Amino acid sequence: MNQKAIPVYARPKEQGFLFRLLQRIHVDIPLLCGLLLLSAAGLVVLYSAGGQSLEVLTRQVMRLALAFTVMLLLAQVHPQHLQRWAPWLFGTGVLLLVAVLLVGDIGKGARRWLELGAFRFQPSEMMRIAVPMMVAWYLANSPLPPHPLKLIIAGALALVPTLLIAKQPDLGTALLIACSGIFVIFLGGVRWRYIVAIGALVAAFIPIAWSLMHDYQRQRVLTFLDPESDPLGTGYHIIQSKIAIGSGGLYGKGWLNGTQSYLDFIPERSTDFIFAVLSEEFGLIGILVVLAIYLFIVMRGLYIASQAHDTFTRLLAGSLILTFSVYIFVNIGMVTALLPVVGVPLPLISYGGTSMVTVMAGFGILMSIHTHRKLVPT
Amino acid sequence: MSLHDFHMTKTHLKDYFHESGMFNARVIVAIVVILILTGVVIARLVFLQIINHTHYTTLSQENRVTLVPISPPRGIIYDRNGIVLAQNSPSFSLEITPDEAGDMEATLRELGELIALSERDIKRFRREIAQKRRFEAAPLRFNLTEEEMARLAVNRYRFPGVEVVARMTREYPLGSLAVHAIGYVGRINEAELKKLDTNYSGTTHMGKLGVEKTYEDLLHGTVGVEQVETTARGRALRVLGRTPPTAGKNLYLTIDIRLQAAIEGVLGDRRGAVVAIEPKTGEVLAFASTPGYDPNLFVNGISSEEYKALQTSLDKPMINRALQGQYPPGSTVKPFYALAGLEYNKVTADDTVSCHGHFQLPGVAHQYRDWKKEGHGVINLEHAVEQSCDVYFYTLALKLGIDKMAEFMTRFGLGHKTGIDLPGEMAGVMPSSAWKRKTYKQPWYGGETLIAGIGQGYVLTTPLQLATITATMANQGVQMKPHMLHAVQEPGGATITEQKPQMNVRVPVVNEENWRTAVNAMVSVVHGGRGTAYSSIGRTATYKIAGKTGTAQVAGIKQGAKYNESQTPERLRDHALFVAFAPAEAPQIAMGIIVENGGHGSSTAAPVARVAMDYYLKDLLGQGSSAKTPEAKPGAINGAGQTPAAAPPEAAQGVTQDE
Repeated sequence: MNQKAIPVYARPKEQGFLFRLLQRIHVDIPLLCGLLLLSAAGLVVLYSAGGQSLEVLTRQVMRLALAFTVMLLLAQVHPQHLQRWAPWLFGTGVLLLVAVLLVGDIGKGARRWLELGAFRFQPSEMMRIAVPMMVAWYLANSPLPPHPLKLIIAGALALVPTLLIAKQPDLGTALLIACSGIFVIFLGGVRWRYIVAIGALVAAFIPIAWSLMHDYQRQRVLTFLDPESDPLGTGYHIIQSKIAIGSGGLYGKGWLNGTQSYLDFIPERSTDFIFAVLSEEFGLIGILVVLAIYLFIVMRGLYIASQAHDTFTRLLAGSLILTFSVYIFVNIGMVTALLPVVGVPLPLISYGGTSMVTVMAGFGILMSIHTHRKLVPT
Repeated sequence: MSLHDFHMTKTHLKDYFHESGMFNARVIVAIVVILILTGVVIARLVFLQIINHTHYTTLSQENRVTLVPISPPRGIIYDRNGIVLAQNSPSFSLEITPDEAGDMEATLRELGELIALSERDIKRFRREIAQKRRFEAAPLRFNLTEEEMARLAVNRYRFPGVEVVARMTREYPLGSLAVHAIGYVGRINEAELKKLDTNYSGTTHMGKLGVEKTYEDLLHGTVGVEQVETTARGRALRVLGRTPPTAGKNLYLTIDIRLQAAIEGVLGDRRGAVVAIEPKTGEVLAFASTPGYDPNLFVNGISSEEYKALQTSLDKPMINRALQGQYPPGSTVKPFYALAGLEYNKVTADDTVSCHGHFQLPGVAHQYRDWKKEGHGVINLEHAVEQSCDVYFYTLALKLGIDKMAEFMTRFGLGHKTGIDLPGEMAGVMPSSAWKRKTYKQPWYGGETLIAGIGQGYVLTTPLQLATITATMANQGVQMKPHMLHAVQEPGGATITEQKPQMNVRVPVVNEENWRTAVNAMVSVVHGGRGTAYSSIGRTATYKIAGKTGTAQVAGIKQGAKYNESQTPERLRDHALFVAFAPAEAPQIAMGIIVENGGHGSSTAAPVARVAMDYYLKDLLGQGSSAKTPEAKPGAINGAGQTPAAAPPEAAQGVTQDE
C-alpha cells in the first residue's frame, strides 16, 4: 500500500487547449464526437426528406442547439444531486401526469400537454429521465441483488407512470418508460428465475392488454399483421416504406434522388419514417455507417455505466443508454416492417419532437456520471 | 493503516466488486442482445435491399401501383313522399396535371381566352396544386357549359395535361325551397380535412349545414379503391384492380315539400319562419325560414360577390330564423300561462277579471296597457285567451310570480333546445329571478313579471320551440322530439328503416281537464265571435283550429304614445306570431309562425297557418269533414309511411262552440 496514488484520468501526455476545456466542462469527448457525427448525418438526410426546405433544416439545427445546451448543463450537475432529487422529480412528475389526464390540452386526439402560462409542457418527457432515476435510487438504497419484495415495489414505481402515459394515450412513450424501469431492475442483478417468471406473466398479460387497447392501437397491430387490410391507411406506410428501403439496394439512389420520397410515397418521411429515406438514398452502406455510429454511442454509454463508481449512477447510466438503443431498434424495426407502427422517432435524426431534448438530457447525465467520478486510488 | 481499517476496506471492496461484477455481467448480456438485434436488423436490410432489391426496384422504378380512392356516390335526400330534394348530377370540370401542362402561366392565360376563369378559380387552383403532387390533376373550373366544352374540344391539341372530367356534383333541384332544413354540401376545407379519416380520401365535398351536415355519416358511404399502374413519374397506365365504393344511404325526410312550397309561397317576400310538426310523432312537416337562398351556389364555392350580397342583404337570408331566430313569443304563450294558472290553482276557469284597458302595480305610477284601449270588461279565462286580454294575464302573472311561470314553461322546454336533428339550434330564454341574478347580477322586478306574462321582455323563443310547445299542447302534454329524418334507405333501395319517434318529455298535470280548458280557449281564438283570429281565418274554416295570435314589439313605445302601424317604418313594426294546431279534436298538424314586422298575428301570421292546414288536411279530411278518420297520407313511402295513431278520445270531446 505504499504505491503512489495515480488518478485514473491523469494522462502524462500533452493535451490541447480544446481537450482541456472540454474536460473542465465535464464533456465526454468520445460521446460528444459520436453525437455530433450522428446529428450531422441526420441533417444531411433531413435536408432531402424535408423536401430541401431550408426552414425545416434551420428549425432542426435550432432544436439540436437547444438539446446540446441542455446536455452541457446537465453534465455540470453532480450525480449526488441527481440522486437526492430523484424522489422529488419522480413525485412531481407523477402529479403532473395526473394533472395532464385531468386538465391537459388535447392535441391529435390525445391528452399529453400541460398548459403552464404561456408555454406547453409534456410531463411524459420528464418521466423518461425521472423513472430510471427513481428506480435506480430505490434499488441503490440496499445491497444488490434486490430482495423480491423490493423488486415488486421497483416494478410498481415504473408501472404507475407507464399506465398514466398509456392512458393519454401515448403508447410509444409508455413503452419506452416501461423499458427504462425494467432495464434498471435487470442491471440491478435480479435473478434469472425472476426474469423468466416475469416474462411468463407478461405473456399472460397480453390478452388483457389487448382488451385495454384503444381502437387505433389495435388497428395498428392488426394492420401490421396484414398491411393489405388498410392499404389507404397505415398499411400504406409499411408497404411504401419497404419499397423505398428495398429499392435503395447496396449503394442507394443517391442523395436527393430517392424517387419514393421525392414522389411523396413515404408518409411521415421527415419524422418517424426518415429511416426509409436514408435507406433509399444511401443504401445498405449508408445504413451501416449510421448503425456503426449508433453502436459506438451505445457501447461508449455502456462503458461509462460499467466504469461508474456507485450503484445509483451505474444503474441510471446503464438504463439510459439501453433505453436509447430501444429507440433505435423500435424505430428501425417499425420502418422495416419487423415491428408494429408505434410512432417512435429515430433519435437525433428524425425531424422535431420534444424527445430530442430528453435524449440529450440523458447523455448529459451520462457525461456527468463519467466526469464526476471520485478519483479512487488503484 | 491499522488492521481494523484494512478489514473495513476489504468488506467494502468485496461488496463493491461483487456488485460491480454482477453489473458488468449484465452489461455483457445487454451487449450480446444488442449485437444480436443489430444482426437481425442487418439481416432484414440485406433481405430487403440485396436479395429482394430487384423486386422492390421494379415496384419503385418501372411500374408503380398507386391506390386511387374512388369517392362513393352520396345518398339522395327525398321528402316524405319521395320527391327528390338533393341528388347527384354529372357535371363537367376542367382539370390540369401540372407535370404535363408545362408552362402553367401560359396555359392559364390561354385557357382564360376560351372559358370563363375568375380570380377565385385561379386562386383556388393554385392553392390546390401547391398541396398536391405534381403529377396529380387538380380542378380549375367546375360546371363547364356545353359551349365551353365544345371550344375546349376543338383546341385540345394546344393544351397537354388539360382534361375535361365528368364528376358528380350535388344538386338541389328545388333551389331555395326548404334550404334551411336541407342545408348544403361544400368543398372540404383544411380544418375539416384534418379531422377526416381515409374514408374521405376521395371525397371533395361534405355536408356543411342542415340535414346534409347532421346525417353526413349516413349520406357519405364507404370509399372504394382503384389500383392503378403508373409510370415512375406517376402517370396512370392502367387499372389493375378495383374495390367499388359503397354508396351513401338515401334519406327520406319528414318534410312534405308540397306543404313547404305552399307555406313559402304564401310567405312570399316577407321575412319569417314557419315550423309545422305532427304532434303524435314529432315529425317536422315543414320547416321554412324566408327569405332563403340557392344552396347550389355553395356547392362548388360561392363567388365573393354573391356571398357578399347574401351577407349584407337587410333580409339576412343566411340566418335560419326557424332554428336560430329568437323572438319574444308575445301573446302566443297566454294559453300556456292559463294552463299554469289552473294547474297551480291560482285561477279557475270561471274566475273573472275586470279589464279597463290598463293595469297598475300597487304604488307604482307606470301604467301597463292592454292592447285594447277601452278594455275588455269583465272577462273569464276562456274569453281572456280568445280576445288576448293583457290585463287578465297581468293579473295572472302577478298571482303566479315569475318563478312559477318559469318552472311551468321550462317543463314545456322553453329555454332549452328541442333536440331537433339540425345543427346550430338556439335555446331561447325563459327568465326567472335566479336567471336574472346570474345573467345580469340584478334582482327581479315586479313589472318584469307582468311583461313576461304577455310573452314580452326577457322571454325569447325560436319558431321551432313555438311549434314544439304547441304540438305538446295538442298532444296533451306528451312532447315528441321534433325531427327531420323519416326513414333511411340502404343503397340500391332494398330496405327502408323508419326512424322511431322519441319522446322528449311528458308535461305532468294535476288535472287532465285543464288541457281541455286551455284547448277550448284556443279554439275560441279562431272560432269564437270575438276571437282575434276569427275574422281572418276562423270565419271560413270548415274544420276546427285551435290557435293563438301574438304580437312581439320591435320598437319600444313611450308611455302615453300610440303605436300606429301605418306610420311606423316597416322594419320597426311589430312581429306577427301565430301558433295553432288542427283539427282541434284530433290534431294532425301543429304550427309555429312568425312574420317579421308583419304587424298583427291575426292579419299576417294566421293566414299562413290557414293555407298550410287547408293544404295538409284537405286530402286527409275531405275539405274539413272532421268525422273522417285519417288512414294514409298521400304518397307515403312504399306504403311504409307512418300511420297516425288514433286520436285521443279526450280531445274529441270538450271542444265547444264559442258564443
